[in-house]
Amino acid sequence: MSTEARKPPAQIALKIRRILGGKAGWNGVAVQFAFAAILGWIGYEIVSNARANLENQHIAAGFGFLRNNAGFDVNQTLISYTGSDTFLRVFVVGLLNTLVVSAVGIVFATVIGFIVALCRLSPNWLLARIGELYVEIIRNLPLLFQILFWYLAVLAALPNPRQSISLFGLSFVSNRGLVVPRPIGESGFEAFLAVLAFGIVASLALRIYARRALFERGQMIRIWPYVLGLLFGLPLITMLVFGPPFSFELPQLKGFNFAGGSRIIPEFVALTLALSTYTAAFIAEIVRAGILSVHSGQMEAGSSLGLSRATTLRLIVVPQAMRVIVPPLTNQYLNLTKNSSLAVAIGYPDLVSVFAGTSLSQTGQAIEIIALTMGVYLLISLLTSAVMSVYGWRVSRSLGA
Amino acid sequence: MKRVTLALTLALAAGLSAQAADAQTLKTIKDRGMLSCGVSQGLPGFSSPDDKGNWTGLDVDLCRAIAGAIFNDATKVKYVPLSAKDRFTALQSGEIDVLSRNTTWTISRDTSLGANFTGVTYYDGQGFMVKKSLKVNSALELNSASVCVQTGTTTEQNLADYFKANNMKYEVIAFGTNDETVKAYEAGRCDVFTTDQSGLYANRLKLANPNDHMVLPEIISKEPLGPMVRHGDDQWFDIVKWTLFALITAEELGVTSKNVDEKAKMENPEMKRVLGSDGNFGEQLGLTKDWVIRIVKAVGNYGEVFDRNVGAGSPLAINRGLNNLWNKGGLQYAPPIR
Repeated sequence: MSTEARKPPAQIALKIRRILGGKAGWNGVAVQFAFAAILGWIGYEIVSNARANLENQHIAAGFGFLRNNAGFDVNQTLISYTGSDTFLRVFVVGLLNTLVVSAVGIVFATVIGFIVALCRLSPNWLLARIGELYVEIIRNLPLLFQILFWYLAVLAALPNPRQSISLFGLSFVSNRGLVVPRPIGESGFEAFLAVLAFGIVASLALRIYARRALFERGQMIRIWPYVLGLLFGLPLITMLVFGPPFSFELPQLKGFNFAGGSRIIPEFVALTLALSTYTAAFIAEIVRAGILSVHSGQMEAGSSLGLSRATTLRLIVVPQAMRVIVPPLTNQYLNLTKNSSLAVAIGYPDLVSVFAGTSLSQTGQAIEIIALTMGVYLLISLLTSAVMSVYGWRVSRSLGA
Repeated sequence: MKRVTLALTLALAAGLSAQAADAQTLKTIKDRGMLSCGVSQGLPGFSSPDDKGNWTGLDVDLCRAIAGAIFNDATKVKYVPLSAKDRFTALQSGEIDVLSRNTTWTISRDTSLGANFTGVTYYDGQGFMVKKSLKVNSALELNSASVCVQTGTTTEQNLADYFKANNMKYEVIAFGTNDETVKAYEAGRCDVFTTDQSGLYANRLKLANPNDHMVLPEIISKEPLGPMVRHGDDQWFDIVKWTLFALITAEELGVTSKNVDEKAKMENPEMKRVLGSDGNFGEQLGLTKDWVIRIVKAVGNYGEVFDRNVGAGSPLAINRGLNNLWNKGGLQYAPPIR
């Protein structure tokens, strides 16, 4: 083959022909372009038609409403927000609420999922049956029902704020949520943060050094005492020198509710519980399948080397299983994020509730708001997929596959 | 709920062309043989289905009156239950012909939604309901309270305004539907339930022990509730508007569902005009000469509709108050039929 002799432009043209045209060659390319043009034209017609008709009917259009005052309040905001802020800020508030419940849900779902999977695979009869029962019950009930169950069951079980359950007089549990003391930065706060950051970086560096020593020179270095010192000892000494980094504002019952302190609202708890336990049932099955996909000889090889069952799992089986686990696990993460939009049923102020719900009916601009909301979910999902792909690629690479 | 919104939005985007050009709502309804009427998902007194699936209520009776005027048959109505946040999209997309769903008339809704209010069926105002055990007697004592509210309503914004104006703090918990809001209030998630005062009385009936709860005296907003129609069909706008005026006029003249036939035979000139033996106002609307008789036979006059659904003859037992006729101390007033 003398492809080197060909000029580069011709190569590009050929490549296009091969990719787009397939066996049909240049005719195929023409068909592809015609098809794309028709699709584009249909899309343009839909948009311009809707726009013209909205104008005819004097329905407000465009994204100008994002700068208008929202005029309503939201009960969980990660950034400061009042009723006199704009719809754009409502959008950000809702988005952050969606992200936080998804992130926390994903962490819990993964942990619970792995634990349940290991239970199901355990040689202990009781543990295995409990794991099985969990999966079969949770994954066979509708999620919305589970969310409502957690919300109403949790609410019904909790007392009102005046009779709230006190945890050592510091935290209080009631049907208004969990109130905990809120840390307030003091004079030693910056020094404390700096030392803590140094401790974390130094520990990571130490770990990399230790791994290299193990792989290159076969030298085992025990690093955990140093890490302990860096992460806890050093900050402790700083606290003694510079004074306490923060003090706590204690919650106090005033009128109807607690004033002061930080509060975790019951809607958040119920939604996180429901989303993570539900998704965990699916993750458990994925993990189990992944682990079973690793040849049983690997487990036997591990025990013949004298490794315990736990160590064999951790060092030999799970890393190989990850290759099978990661792609379907990504799907579950995406499902969890999308399912978080069921929040509206229990009044958790997520993106769908405050933006595609309240803002939509305050402004009546359905097309813009729904398009924006769908775009955001798409973006979140694509980003999650991208991160998981990178992780999956790293897992495969480390196995030399 | 999200799916409903999405479906409606897609219908809105794709189907607008058909709706905008075609301004013949009345003809469409006649061809279909049914009036499509947007109502609430269940608010006693205004629109709620009974155990047999029959819809009753003040808002429902307006739909029945319109159907009576068109078909001489009040049952030819298809009811479409809508949540607060889906209602405007359903109207814009042409899913319903008229929205009769305790909707507050505001300038922004009248100007930016591509729809018009046709009148006021019920003068309401926003109030608060609390448990009697809280020993609260005024809304001004609600500092730091948790408030349950239905999302997508003017209520939510009034609430923010009221607490801000009075320098009080509060926590808002907003739910998608009325039933979810009431359930959370009953479960103790919040101290206060707020909506239009008529709605408070209606929802109180749904609670396990209605007498443990009280409606606070303050009314914090004007909530004129009325039906809405799409822009672009003035004839249909007139029909819905004058159906309500016919109900009010009938009460003014003492025409009821029981005596309407006798009244039609009277020689009183105003009575003859209204009940169609003189002039052709009904035909000018696109209806028939006896349109008012049909309406009154279908549902009675405004007073009868009010009493049966929300007034003395109903479990809600709400006073006529602002909703009395203009000559009896209220605000209900209809331009003359002449």
